[in-house]
Amino acid sequence: MKFGIIVFPGSNCDHDAYHVISKHVGQPVDFIWHRDTDLNSFDALIIPGGFSYGDYLRAGALARFSPVMESVKKFAATGRFVLGICNGFQILCEAGLLPGALIRNRDLHFICEHVCVRVETSDTPFTNEMVQKSVLRIPIAHAEGNYVCDDSVLEELQRDDRIVFRYCDPEGSVTEATNPNGSRDSIAGICNSSRNVLGLMPHPERACEDLLGSSDGRDIFRSLAATLAAVA
Amino acid sequence: MKAKVYVSLKPGVLDPQGKAIQHSVELLGFTGIADVRQGKYFEIALQDSADKEQARESVARMAREVLSNPIIEDYRVEIEG
Repeated sequence: MKFGIIVFPGSNCDHDAYHVISKHVGQPVDFIWHRDTDLNSFDALIIPGGFSYGDYLRAGALARFSPVMESVKKFAATGRFVLGICNGFQILCEAGLLPGALIRNRDLHFICEHVCVRVETSDTPFTNEMVQKSVLRIPIAHAEGNYVCDDSVLEELQRDDRIVFRYCDPEGSVTEATNPNGSRDSIAGICNSSRNVLGLMPHPERACEDLLGSSDGRDIFRSLAATLAAVA
Repeated sequence: MKAKVYVSLKPGVLDPQGKAIQHSVELLGFTGIADVRQGKYFEIALQDSADKEQARESVARMAREVLSNPIIEDYRVEIEG
């Protein structure tokens, strides 16, 4: 089982993700520079947060044209696992691996705070070690996290159980007041139709040790590791 | 020859920046503003030897595939010169 973390110019959560995989998940992990195209030795990829290409044009828009992204598309098409966090989620949407787009937060602010998200489905490789409807306390840090999509995409996401996380209160209630950024249907994370690609705005890699205020994010990485162990 | 590309948010997509700009403009005393939408404008210099219709086609492709995100934005291309 080997994890790869893709590094674009401007990625800044790559080392956090590396730390979590090596220390808390205890699995081999390597950085992948965005110009590399050989992903054969990896079983799962993490596209980390940050400001790839300085968020020029649109967040994630230019990273999509990095050489590695064609390989990421092929990697995902073979059913292997891709986890996009924050800017990684934006990149996956721009690249067409996930539907919809992430636009400027409703209230314009860059929001950096712990929020609660509800696990909407445990039927993904990233959440199968978690209890459905359980609440995770995980930080967000973004200015463009407002998820938008058209009505037909939203219906599809709802019907196919592809909304993986929704913003909620500590008790797990989802209301407009618990929606930090205006995301449609309070969406914090979604998966693709094959369920092997997940994008989410919250940063689970920043919530893996009690010292940092929460260790709720660990279960996402542990679910993925358990999936990989079962596949191997 | 010059290509001009205008990228704007689709009608119905929330534009909080436009709203904030409208609010500021109204604080300045301007009245009668129904709505402000913020967009992007690109100027692309083309070699003068380029064929105008071909240029329009390739710039439209650039606009569709790079400069705009078709999920949330519309674009318009103008060719000058």
